[in-house]
Amino acid sequence: MNLESLPGAVAVVLVAVATVVIGTWGLRLSRTTSDFLVASRTVGPAMNASAIAGEYLSAASFLGVAGLVLTFGADMAWYPIGWTAGYLVLLVLVAAPLRRSGAYTLPDFAEARLGSRGARSACSLLVVAIGWLYLLPQFQGAGITLAAALDAPRWVGPVTVGAVVLVSVGTGGMRSITLVQAVQYWLKLTALLVPVSVLLVVWLGDGSPGPVGGGDAAGGGSWSLPLAEGGGQGLYSTYSLIVATFLGTMGLPHVVVRFYTNPDGRAARRTTLVVLGLLGAFYVLPPVYAALGRVYGAAPARADSLVLDLPRLMVPGLGGELLTGLVTAGAYAAFLSTSSGLTVAVAGVLTQDLTARARLGGLRLPDAAAFRLAVVVAVAVPLATALALPDLGVARAVGLAFAVAASTFCPLLVLGIWWPGLTAPGAVAGLVTGGLGSAAAVAWTLVDGTSPGPVATGWTATLLGQPAAWSVPLSFATMVLLSLATRSRRPAHTRRFLVRLHTPEALEVDRG
Amino acid sequence: MRGWRRPHLGTEADRATFRTLHRASLAAPALREGLTAASSERSIRHLRILLGTPALALTDTEQPLAWDGEGRHHLEGAGGLARLAIERGQTRVVSGAEVTCHEGGCPVRVAVISPLVVEDLIVGTLQAYAPRSTAGLARAADEVAGWVSGQLALAELDASRTRLMEAEVRALRAQISPHFVYNSLGAIASFVRTDPDRARELLLEFADFTRYSFRRHGDYTTLAEELRSIERYLLLEQARFGDRLRVTLRVAPEVLPVAVPFLCVQPLVENAVQHGLGADDGVGHITIAAHDRGQDCVIEVEDDGAGEDPERVRRALAGDSSLDSVGLGNVDARLRAAFGDEYGLVVETAPGTGTKVVLRVPKFAPGVQA
Repeated sequence: MNLESLPGAVAVVLVAVATVVIGTWGLRLSRTTSDFLVASRTVGPAMNASAIAGEYLSAASFLGVAGLVLTFGADMAWYPIGWTAGYLVLLVLVAAPLRRSGAYTLPDFAEARLGSRGARSACSLLVVAIGWLYLLPQFQGAGITLAAALDAPRWVGPVTVGAVVLVSVGTGGMRSITLVQAVQYWLKLTALLVPVSVLLVVWLGDGSPGPVGGGDAAGGGSWSLPLAEGGGQGLYSTYSLIVATFLGTMGLPHVVVRFYTNPDGRAARRTTLVVLGLLGAFYVLPPVYAALGRVYGAAPARADSLVLDLPRLMVPGLGGELLTGLVTAGAYAAFLSTSSGLTVAVAGVLTQDLTARARLGGLRLPDAAAFRLAVVVAVAVPLATALALPDLGVARAVGLAFAVAASTFCPLLVLGIWWPGLTAPGAVAGLVTGGLGSAAAVAWTLVDGTSPGPVATGWTATLLGQPAAWSVPLSFATMVLLSLATRSRRPAHTRRFLVRLHTPEALEVDRG
Repeated sequence: MRGWRRPHLGTEADRATFRTLHRASLAAPALREGLTAASSERSIRHLRILLGTPALALTDTEQPLAWDGEGRHHLEGAGGLARLAIERGQTRVVSGAEVTCHEGGCPVRVAVISPLVVEDLIVGTLQAYAPRSTAGLARAADEVAGWVSGQLALAELDASRTRLMEAEVRALRAQISPHFVYNSLGAIASFVRTDPDRARELLLEFADFTRYSFRRHGDYTTLAEELRSIERYLLLEQARFGDRLRVTLRVAPEVLPVAVPFLCVQPLVENAVQHGLGADDGVGHITIAAHDRGQDCVIEVEDDGAGEDPERVRRALAGDSSLDSVGLGNVDARLRAAFGDEYGLVVETAPGTGTKVVLRVPKFAPGVQA
């Protein structure tokens, strides 16, 4: 490490220490009776929305998008658009009914709607799988960040983030402190907004130049097109990406648990609406970095660290270092908040369905020990994978997590909420079909990412690289057809349950 | 191809026993809901197979509830036959004009009618129809009726346990004790002249408090609602005790929407106020905390009063009604009934060290809705 990287190092240490301190000691706010009203006030939509956005904006959003847009062009802007629009689908179809169902996690919803332990277990398995798939790029992103900002070896980032998450979640803090996550959003926004404002001023000062190599005619034309190159395959890839991101958001375990904090369905809708605004504001920024990167000739080889490199590239000297420090802090906050949210969600499921039932010499583990064991497992598996595998591209790995979520939980939630005919066997079959289909794509991507040459080309590669466009309809079809075939297995309480999901709380009806 | 065979399960007689026991276990769950048309409908097929008769009917004391097997046109007559058996109070075999019909191929010629008895009271009959009467059939019908009666008795036990629980909740509501009502009104009265505005506010709080406590519908409420009621309770107690009662709150806003059994925290706070203030004029300090613990929410009510002998607390939790903390055992029982045995109350106390009551509530449990 040299003197240049000092601001970055300070920023990383500050964010890490603050996270551990707040997480461990918690926000010990004590109140007397006169403040009873304040103490028993539920979390408002604005606060909750900030928290959701803070937990949601991960390494992929912070680093990955800018890198992708720089390398592959404007069609990659579908990633941030999809990640935002996913909340629109969530708002319209899922938010309020899901809150009214009383479910805390996705397995809870499956159990409440279908009355089946089998469906619950299938969902638990998927939550863990999606959580790990999503944690993997967070850890890899941390490696990239510290390598770029501090010239640290690649393993330092994953290990430090893993350790901080382990400590802060394992000691009982950071569980879901809404305020902390809400602050994370504003920190991330600031960490992107301030540097990009400075950089834009610099760019204007330089006489607002166009891309290096000058010609809009040559590379620039296709770079700014909204559809991927490659004719039919490009079109397919784009649509598949749109399907995955639009429908995958509702199946992310760490997002869904946050909706429980809303006092009722109406508040859940309002929260989602505010989230849309917050994410929209945030996602304007990464493509601006990409465009500036193109103008100032950033190397596509280091695409994922573009956001970190750009300030140094454009503003030499101390100013650039300070801006890099700020961006590094934001990136680090992104890893920590998303990783802790995911770890809590995964560990919760592992505790409930695994470690709390484990017997040590015939004795049940104490609750706290069971949870800690689950946290260790939840962090260790993706951490080991991140260290063992080479870099997959942050946004690509997250994209796969979305594809799995869209192929499994999206059909479950949409049909579960809007179609009385869904049965437990149908739901499980759909989850398995969608899960296996998208898992095949994940496996292929891992093999493809680790082997030196291309394993497959052409349509095979395209279909496996972007599975959502076929795996989501397949899963929907399986659920509907099997549910129709097992009509007699419709849960007896379906009608009542749907009435509860769709009736506003203010209405007086018998909810059974 | 027959690649897989059932493993050998003893002699033919053994297997017959297993089959019989299995049939009985299939019929049991429905019967455990009590004798209704729905439960009869679901269990009668298994009972008929158990008896091996062509037709079987279940009735209450007046009319038929369900019929399985052939000769459904005999259903109307079942009510009259039931009354016959009930008059006698024991198994009867009826044949001849009361049973016989003129339809060809109808196997029903004889009816064996056994009363179903729960707690010395006949609640219905089991009627087995057959082409001819045998001693074996009468004996078998009698035994099956006895077994069904046993299941119905268990159902009655379940129902009375539920009724007891409900009665206890009602008692808990009614228990909003005369002392508290009297003391609150006394405290409010003392403000009427000196501070009429405060007296009015307190009176409104009192009205809201009683409305919540006496509300009739719903077994569950949100933690936010419960805390609001506790706030009113504490305001009224503070009107009486003034600065002697200090309250600290530490509530994570994330757990406020959690569904909790109605009036499950309030009795604990009431206990804490009683214990915390004790008999002398000292200051009592009460802490109410609610933490977010992932899948669970943990609520703690703590006082710095005289504490309690752990053995007495154990007895109170076990339901010993000779002790004054009725609330403790009741809350514990209701938490266990709603969420399972691992969600019972935890009480940390010793003489001279204050008392801390911890209750854990899952954020989601099937069938639990505020």
